[in-house]
Amino acid sequence: MAQEIAAPLEFERVVLSRPPAWVRIWALARRHPLGVFGLLCVALLFFCGILAGVISPYDPYFINGSHIKEAPTLAHPFGTDRLGRDVLSRTIWGARISLLVGMVSVLFGVTIGTFFGVLSGYLGKLADSVIQRTVDILLAFPPVVLLLAIITVIGDEDSAVRRFLTDYTPIPDGTFLGVPVFLDIFVIAIGIGIAVAVGTARVVRGAVLSLKENVYIDAARAMGASDWRIMTRHIFPNVASLVVVLGSVFLPIAILAEAAISFLGIGVPDPTPSWGADLTGPNRTDATNNGVWWVVFFPGLALSLVVLGFNMLGDAFRDISDPRLRGGGLGPGPGSGPSRRGL
Amino acid sequence: MRDFIIRRLLLLAPIMLGVSFLTFAIFRVIPGDAAVIICGFQCTPETLHDIRHELGLDEPFYEQYGDWLKGVVTGDLGESYHTKLSVTSELESRLPVTAELTIMALILALVLGIPPGVLSAVRPGTMADWVARFSSVLWLSVPNFYLGILIITFGATWFGWSPPNFATGETVGFFEDPWRNLQTFFFPALVLALAIAAVIMRLTRSSMLEVMRNDYIRTAWSKGLRERAVVWRHALKNAMIPVLTIIGVQVGLLIGGSVIIESVFALNGIGFYLLVAILSRDLLVVQSLVLLFAVTFVVANLVVDLAYAWLDPRIRYG
Repeated sequence: MAQEIAAPLEFERVVLSRPPAWVRIWALARRHPLGVFGLLCVALLFFCGILAGVISPYDPYFINGSHIKEAPTLAHPFGTDRLGRDVLSRTIWGARISLLVGMVSVLFGVTIGTFFGVLSGYLGKLADSVIQRTVDILLAFPPVVLLLAIITVIGDEDSAVRRFLTDYTPIPDGTFLGVPVFLDIFVIAIGIGIAVAVGTARVVRGAVLSLKENVYIDAARAMGASDWRIMTRHIFPNVASLVVVLGSVFLPIAILAEAAISFLGIGVPDPTPSWGADLTGPNRTDATNNGVWWVVFFPGLALSLVVLGFNMLGDAFRDISDPRLRGGGLGPGPGSGPSRRGL
Repeated sequence: MRDFIIRRLLLLAPIMLGVSFLTFAIFRVIPGDAAVIICGFQCTPETLHDIRHELGLDEPFYEQYGDWLKGVVTGDLGESYHTKLSVTSELESRLPVTAELTIMALILALVLGIPPGVLSAVRPGTMADWVARFSSVLWLSVPNFYLGILIITFGATWFGWSPPNFATGETVGFFEDPWRNLQTFFFPALVLALAIAAVIMRLTRSSMLEVMRNDYIRTAWSKGLRERAVVWRHALKNAMIPVLTIIGVQVGLLIGGSVIIESVFALNGIGFYLLVAILSRDLLVVQSLVLLFAVTFVVANLVVDLAYAWLDPRIRYG
């Protein structure tokens, strides 16, 4: 009961003397240092990904026979790999690959997933049954195994998806955005996107089911709006914020998925500087057998920091929106257990 | 309870059928069938036709599916295109490796997840809470394959240690030589367990925080019970129910993770077999293994659901 009384009081105080925006942001940042750290990691990912061509000190593909497997020095802060390529430059370019795959797969997956989710939730009946049973079946596969199966099928050199992309879409076959195998990366992103779509469809459907019970939907229908109009004008705008949140949740997962399948050797092909691909193959042998640790340490560190950043940012957002999980500030330890409520 | 089990088993049948059909259908989408792959470069139309006939690929789609399904149900998962070894016999030798890895990882995940989660919930704001929460975010974020490589790399450079199976690729059974077996399996299982332990820890913590607010916990305190009794006997039992459901989902991660971890630590298990089959485009093996993994996942979830209903009778009438 104490909380119920306290809440409006605090609210009033905030309204009475509202400090300027930067003060509030600073206060928020002070309270969530880990969230700020997360934000920095994510910002660094976008910074490196977008400006890879400008900030990387060397060409990530440049083979230099006279600087092979050099330990980190001032000229090469992250060292060089078995072909004398600069690991720092490759790590920076890896951010672009990760970002590309992450963005494309999330945009694709969330769009498809939302489409089917809205359709399934709003139309109900047969459409709902068909879509939901399909989702049930897809969710019956362990995620990594589902992803492996999808990539095996659509990653094939002659797969229908790949042929469709080369023949009917303006996606360039060769170098694009400084990435030589852009189409390969795109196909992988589509594969991850399919897995993202499955998750999205389920969540969006749930939201639509409760949304469509609203009176304004009935009102729209009474005014003679078509199903299509109701779905696009009344349902979709209301799930849009949920979809954005889902996208931000799926982004680190997609980045991790790309790294994992590249690590397994069926993702982004070799010379491309993907964080996952750089952890495997000859680099891995160099690290585990010859002590050339820097060729795997730094790409993996970058990947870990990005995922860590997203997780910490997500945790901070959740703490802000749901203070019950915060734990701290609920009073000291066990003695306060019984007295915590009802005083 | 009996009705609930029967209802769940009946629901299982269409899912299983759908899973098997989708698995079968998805590998038919690839242009160029198995015969082309087996036939290789110097392929004449006659040999291609013979191979097709031998594999039954000239039969209609539904008959092929029926044959495959019949084989799967009777325990005949087909054979590899390349090695001509039957999948079933390969599985027999590899199952102990994957089973030990995943079971050990699950146990480690529970041990590393539940006690810190409880501690962190009953002592919020303390150093222990902070350490538990920070390490859980860390384990959730560091990809398991990266962690595995770091352990092998720095184990070798700093301590001159590497997993004993690394040189040979062979594993020793637990009962033959427990010490050597643990040397092989401890780190892979730990690496696989950490992310799952982190999820379990976070859920245990939030679920405990929730439960500790209940009236019956206040009653337990005011009866004068010791903290140990309140936390472990009254609160934890109820807090474990949501944790149990998440374990079902985590089994999926375990299975998927085994593919990755077996490749990192050179363990010759089923996950590694799947990866090799994918890389060599041995599609029949891939198809059978994908089905096997999916069925394991579905069954694991069923077991968790049943356990859930058994522990919390409210579920059965929901």
